[in-house]
Amino acid sequence: MSAHRLDGTRIRVVLHDGDADTSQRLETLTALLEDGHSVTCAAAPPDPSDDVVLARFDESTATIRARVEQKIGRVDPEPSPFWKPWFPVIDYDRCTNCMQCLTFCLFDVYGVKEEKIDVQNESNCKTDCPACSRVCPEAAIMFPKYKKGPINGDVVRPEDVQSEAMKVDISTLLGGDLYAALRTRSDEARKRFSTERDESKALLERKRCLKKLKKQLDIPDEVLMTLPSAGDIEERARRAREKAKRRGERSQSVKDKKPTTEDDWGI
Amino acid sequence: MTAPRILYCHCAYAKVVPEETKQEVLGRLSASGLPFEAVTDLCEMAARKDPALERLADGGPTKIAACFPRAVKWLFFGAGFPISDDGVEVLNMREAPADEIVSGLLGEVEV
Ligand code: SF4
Ligand code: SF4
Repeated sequence: MSAHRLDGTRIRVVLHDGDADTSQRLETLTALLEDGHSVTCAAAPPDPSDDVVLARFDESTATIRARVEQKIGRVDPEPSPFWKPWFPVIDYDRCTNCMQCLTFCLFDVYGVKEEKIDVQNESNCKTDCPACSRVCPEAAIMFPKYKKGPINGDVVRPEDVQSEAMKVDISTLLGGDLYAALRTRSDEARKRFSTERDESKALLERKRCLKKLKKQLDIPDEVLMTLPSAGDIEERARRAREKAKRRGERSQSVKDKKPTTEDDWGI
Repeated sequence: MTAPRILYCHCAYAKVVPEETKQEVLGRLSASGLPFEAVTDLCEMAARKDPALERLADGGPTKIAACFPRAVKWLFFGAGFPISDDGVEVLNMREAPADEIVSGLLGEVEV
């Protein structure tokens, strides 16, 4: 059983000497790591300290776990639901701060910190959805647990930046305004829900409408079905339009001027 | 010259690193008797901006067994604890076989 603190803090276990054989060592290490703890394998026992649990390799896993639980004090009776750590990681060597990702993301994962794009709400990110990495014109967004490169962190080749699969121009996606398209489809889906008895039919229709988006950006079905409300999408669409308008106005006179406030980004 | 520190990532919350590679690397590391650090999942720590990353990032020359070097570098950075470009080597368990990872980590001292 895993023993995390209720606040999610993990403990560090320092394992040192002891006459365990290789397989016992491996078993103990694997068990502690899979419980969610960090492990330091030390040649000699360190000085005891408040934030670590000391254990010897030749102690049983059950004994070490009991010590960890004692240290933590309370064990979460219902461990928090499993969350696959899935969130965008930005390669700032590549990022040009264009803010397309921030404009695109419907779940407020991105924000701005010291005038730079910043990942601020990691757990809002929809598991297995790499869509924002595909709208990034610089291939600067990674999801380390994604299956394929360069989104998984593999080297970016020139053809990755050029490739259609990687580079999706938001303004041309779905033949125009992405957010308007999503809004329309969302409204359609809502109407169908209210007028049709057969809800699964309405769901299928919504799925069909969004197939193109799913295919181009590799968005999982579950994410498409949990898009924010029509109102939220409409609000983002309004901001995105304002942003585009301001950009257009600005681009004539101050082509290279960088935005200085969050408002300048239209968020 | 002091030997580089070793950090092993168990990538526990997704099956992107082959299980056999992880078991082989972890087994041989623990059998070596050398000191090393092991963490459950660097991605998960980075998502929580776990302060423990500071100690891991701040230790001079380090060899990290995890996944793609670009991902690992910017995971630490995104969590607020950048790792130095100098003296940190990331070995990619997603792509390289266990033998290569182990010899990269232990060099000539492997037992
Ligand atoms: S879309 Fe890409 S280049 Fe633009 S701000 Fe986001 S990460 Fe940076
Ligand atoms: S850093 Fe790489 S190896 Fe470690 S948990 Fe993340 S994806 Fe897995």
